[in-house]
Parts: sequence; structure tokens; C-alpha cells
Amino acid sequence: MDVSTAVFYLIALLTLVSAGMVAFSRNIIYSAFSLLGTFMGVAGIYVFLGADFVAAVQVLIYVGGILVLILFAVMLTHRITDVEITNRAAGRIPALLVIGVFVYFLIETVKQTPWAKAKEVVYVATTATIGDAFLYDYLLPFELASVVLLGAMIGAVVLSRKEIKE
Amino acid sequence: MSPNDLSSYLIIGAILFSLGMFTVLTRRNAISVLMGVELILNSANINYVAFSHFSSGNSAGQIYAIFVIMLAAAEAAVGLAIVLAIFQLFHTIDVEAAQTLKE
Repeated sequence: MDVSTAVFYLIALLTLVSAGMVAFSRNIIYSAFSLLGTFMGVAGIYVFLGADFVAAVQVLIYVGGILVLILFAVMLTHRITDVEITNRAAGRIPALLVIGVFVYFLIETVKQTPWAKAKEVVYVATTATIGDAFLYDYLLPFELASVVLLGAMIGAVVLSRKEIKE
Repeated sequence: MSPNDLSSYLIIGAILFSLGMFTVLTRRNAISVLMGVELILNSANINYVAFSHFSSGNSAGQIYAIFVIMLAAAEAAVGLAIVLAIFQLFHTIDVEAAQTLKE
């Protein structure tokens, strides 16, 4: 087993173990911080897939933006002085059964399907290609995305402001 | 399982999806449910990028992954704003406590 395979196993382990922490931890602070491991692990997987730009975007937006937002929401909705910060879960056993059967069939499908293969797997810098695609082929979705983000920003401001009652 | 094999990435994505689905199904805390949604979106992104790398050979999958990340950011902002509004109204974020449609 060479070094890159070992690193791949480590990254996959980090991703799945911290995702398991998110799913099973009793403390919501632990769940929120475990998301950091998951997001960084997924960024590492993107690097293995030759998607350098997507990996950078993952670190910037997920780790730098969404994770901080989630931590803020946790802090704002729980009193930090509470010793027991619960993260209640209900119906674990039936959910575990259903999800277990589901993941078994999913993995069997992955193993048995003859997936299409590209002629050759290349590792090149993708940033220029993605920039060109955004400004030519995907120009309309790109502009729509900016409108969606503006709408989400205004929506978040309107929803979270304190209502002043007369 | 090896880094040069499509199915290993798909299996990682499948397990990540199931963990996210489990989180969404069992958690009673609205923020934890949103964390589960983020896990599900990440697993979908792994599949997009893996197929883009091994099957199609062009970068369309990576572009979709970037759009998914953008929508996840918008979803997190609006979702957490809704959670905070629910917390101000009900003083809890248990998803079973918030049942009424108006004050």
C-alpha cells in the first residue's frame, strides 16, 4: 500500500467517523464541531478526484461560512452555562434498521452496476475551465445564482429581525 | 476500495448520505436536522465530482457541485434564520414543539 492510498483511507475514515459523530453524539456542540472534520474530509476527497477548485470552494464556504453560521445558531439558541446541552433523538432503533437496509442495497447497487468509464482519467488544473464554463455555457444559471443569493440574504434579514410591536 | 476506483467514492457517498438521513430522521433539534441536510448535500456533491472525474471526463459535474454548495449556503442562512425566529417565539427549537401556524 503506497502513501496516497494510506492518505485516502485516512481521509475517508475522518469523513465517516466525524459524520457518525454528527449523527450519534449526545451533545450538540460536539455534533457541530464534528461537522468540521466531515467538511475537511470531503474537501480532501475532492483533491483526490482532481477537483482543486471545488476543494477550495468547499473549505471557504462550508468551513468558513456554513459551519460558523451553525455554531452561531447553536450558541444563540442554547444557554452556554447549561452543563447538559442535550441533542435529543427519537426512534433510533427503527431508523437504524431502515437506514441499514437502505445503505446495504445502495452499496450492492454501486458494486453491481457497470458504470461508464472515461477514456482516460486526467489530472489538470480546473479553475480556468470552470471560469470559462460559468461565463459561456452556464451564464444564465450563474446569474440566477446571484439573484437566489440576494433573495436568501434579504429573506434571512427579514426573518431574523426583532419585530417591534406597537 | 482504492483511490483510483469510482465505486469506493460512491460507497463513501452512500454511507455519508445514510448518516445524514439518520440525523434528519431521528433528531428533534432543528439545528441538528439542518446539519443532517448538510451531510446529505455533501454526499451528493461527492457523487457529482466522482462521476465527473471517472465517467464523463469533463468538468460539468464540478460545476453542478459548485451550484449545490451555493444553494447549501443560501439554505443554511434562511434555515437558521427560521430556527432563530422559532426560538424567539417558542423558546425552544424542538421540532415537535413548533406545531402552530400562527401565534
